[in-house]
Amino acid sequence: MKAIVFGGTTGMGRAIAQRLAERGDAVFLLSIDQEDLARSAADLKARHPQQADLGYAVCNLEEPQGFAAALDAADAALGNFDTVIVTAALFASQEALEADIELTRRLLTVNYANTVVFCEHVRKRLLARGGGHLAVFSSVAGDRGRKPVMIYGSSKAGLSVYLEALDHKYHEAGLHVLCVKPGFVKTGMTAGLKPPPFAGEPEGVAKDVIRALDRGTPLIYAPRIWRLVMLVIRHLPRFVMRKIAF
Amino acid sequence: MPGRELLSENLEAATRGAVLCRGLGRSYGDSSLPARLEDKVVGTQLANRILAFDAETGVLRAEAGFCLAELNRLFMPRGFFSPVTPGTKFVTLGGMVASDVHGKNHHVAGCFGAHVRALRMRLADESLVECSPTEHTDLFYGTIGGMGLLGHILEVEVTLQRIPSPWVWMESERVGDIDAYMDGLSRAAPTWPMTMGWIDCLHRGRNMGRGILMAGRWATVEEAGSEPPRTARDKTFPIDLPNWALNSFTARAFNTAYYHRQLQRHVTKLVSPDPFFYPLDAILHWNRAYGSRGFTQYQCVLPRAAGAPAVREFMERLTKLGGASPLCVIKDCGPEGKGVLSFPLEGTSIAVDMAVSPALQGIVDSLNEFVIATGGRIYLTKDSFTRPEHFRAMEPRLPSFLALREKWDPKRRLRSAQSVRLFGDRA
Ligand SMILES: Cc1cc2nc3c(=O)[nH]c(=O)nc-3n(C[C@H](O)[C@H](O)[C@H](O)COP(=O)(O)OP(=O)(O)OC[C@H]3O[C@@H](n4cnc5c(N)ncnc54)[C@H](O)[C@@H]3O)c2cc1C
Ligand SMILES: NC(=O)c1ccc[n+]([C@@H]2O[C@H](COP(=O)([O-])OP(=O)(O)OC[C@H]3O[C@@H](n4cnc5c(N)ncnc54)[C@H](OP(=O)(O)O)[C@@H]3O)[C@@H](O)[C@H]2O)c1
Repeated sequence: MKAIVFGGTTGMGRAIAQRLAERGDAVFLLSIDQEDLARSAADLKARHPQQADLGYAVCNLEEPQGFAAALDAADAALGNFDTVIVTAALFASQEALEADIELTRRLLTVNYANTVVFCEHVRKRLLARGGGHLAVFSSVAGDRGRKPVMIYGSSKAGLSVYLEALDHKYHEAGLHVLCVKPGFVKTGMTAGLKPPPFAGEPEGVAKDVIRALDRGTPLIYAPRIWRLVMLVIRHLPRFVMRKIAF
Repeated sequence: MPGRELLSENLEAATRGAVLCRGLGRSYGDSSLPARLEDKVVGTQLANRILAFDAETGVLRAEAGFCLAELNRLFMPRGFFSPVTPGTKFVTLGGMVASDVHGKNHHVAGCFGAHVRALRMRLADESLVECSPTEHTDLFYGTIGGMGLLGHILEVEVTLQRIPSPWVWMESERVGDIDAYMDGLSRAAPTWPMTMGWIDCLHRGRNMGRGILMAGRWATVEEAGSEPPRTARDKTFPIDLPNWALNSFTARAFNTAYYHRQLQRHVTKLVSPDPFFYPLDAILHWNRAYGSRGFTQYQCVLPRAAGAPAVREFMERLTKLGGASPLCVIKDCGPEGKGVLSFPLEGTSIAVDMAVSPALQGIVDSLNEFVIATGGRIYLTKDSFTRPEHFRAMEPRLPSFLALREKWDPKRRLRSAQSVRLFGDRA
């Protein structure tokens, strides 16, 4: 595999990059900060000294004009990538979002509009070379309108629908689309929140995602139990959803 | 845990405005707990990137949250090990520096800080500095063993120890009482780079202090053979402790059974490093909320000058006071290092688990009075009960440390529950 990990310096993205490097896949990191990327690349190199194919480039989801250049850099370093994993996204509490309309605009733009734009760049390149894998992190928050994730959840709902249709439309052509819906995973993003039951670890998610990439699965919940949890939540009637805080 | 702990991969950003760092929380005391609920404490465990490693010199530079378990896992196959390791591998580099941890090899290798080449820090005034034995020397030695109170450690550069094989050659000996134990320790020290042992502090009278003394060294290539050690618990290792510490009756029975199980007085064998260095990790891993079970630890060091009689007297006082769990780890320490507040001094270190009960404060007070009388001191990382006046009495080095705080953090921005209790910081 020659994989780009967008968001590979932290959290689940980092766990995925580590696991790919461990099994000898070529890894190219994308993230916002040059220095942070250099440190993450040094870390991958130190942990996997045998791993030769490693690179990185700056890419910011708030700056879509830079997407093509970042993908060019990855192509140059890896010799045409065949897999792209996107974990990068913004998170903010519903409280913070309701208090700050500019933050709301940024979050919706980053998580939905610009993530879709990034995927469109990737789609074109992968289809042009006969297909490949595109795994994108959405969220269980996009499965049902819920009070604590009203705005964040809607950005992920839009993303999930895009990914679903992308699979419907281009599966035949060889594009494997994987929509990852994490439940609660213990990363920097969720630090400070009280872990609910079934909270997962980034390493476990990385394992599941890479298995799904290898098998061509179109959708996974991580940890897997969240599929059941969301099945229940999706079927709760409106009057219940209005009552509960969850 | 009170306060809010912020976890972040980016320590440089996260430590802005923080008053304390916390690693993996393996200290038993209150040094990694915030003084006030609203204090910002940064959890470092996600900041665990390796920044550089030189396979020629063994010099490693990593972020402060890098875990010792990872260090061993990654570098043992490459012929390196931590120069000093505490009795658990679930600690961070930052925590190892802040407590200036010691290990079974203290009498030959000193503390962890003796092997640290440089630290990158965020100071109370929010500036970022690099300190080392040649740069901001006072900050460097104050931070080693300084319990996080002079600044936040962001990166640690340390020289790893080269090891001939990933196996340990170990000898253990059953000893009948505390005097034999002490004698054995001092006999083993000149020839063995690693020594320690535990004694049974439940039995009083003639058998008081019977125990097992262990000595080890890294096995040579010839002794080790080619098989890599298992990282899981090695079942053949004598210390296969169940969770007996909870109940003093089972503990007594266990100690007796265990003591007699090692029927041969003398055992020599090749063991893998995990059970040798970290016998308790197997228990603590699934019993992570160690404190919540109502246990704490007390650790002190008695100076060599006070001699073996002081150790015996300490043990007698301990058993008389009650409240001690059966496991008591006794180890001799080499010379004092350069860390301004580092724990070890030349003499004997005694560590004992204790149940938290209304009687505990009195027990700690009584033990501390004895420690002060012998010229010894306690280990801050394990402490949450020592009184400030006792601490001042046992710490002639305290004024030097306070002077460093005055210089590097005049407003006392950095603080912990422990610094409020012992140094009189405002809560
Ligand atoms: C089973 C067991 C066995 C042990 N055996 C030994 C032993 O043999 N020898 C020994 O010396 N110790 C021993 N200890 C104690 C342990 O090694 C120390 O308490 C160590 O500091 C814990 O590291 P931590 O990363 O969990 O730090 P924490 O417990 O989280 O913090 C400890 C101190 O370090 C400070 N700190 C942590 N990270 C930073 C940072 N980045 N910057 C500034 N300050 C920081 C904290 O503020 C706090 O004051 C043992 C502990 C256990 C549980
Ligand atoms: N953790 C959970 O419980 C959970 C649940 C559901 C869904 N998810 C989703 O899972 C994915 C991974 O999250 P995680 O938990 O691993 O958290 P994480 O470590 O915080 O990962 C998010 C990454 O996105 C990056 N990012 C933020 N804004 C960006 C921008 N404008 N351009 C480029 N990168 C940007 C962050 O960089 P900086 O660190 O530099 O800001 C960070 O590296 C996210 O899509 C998240 O929405 C997580």
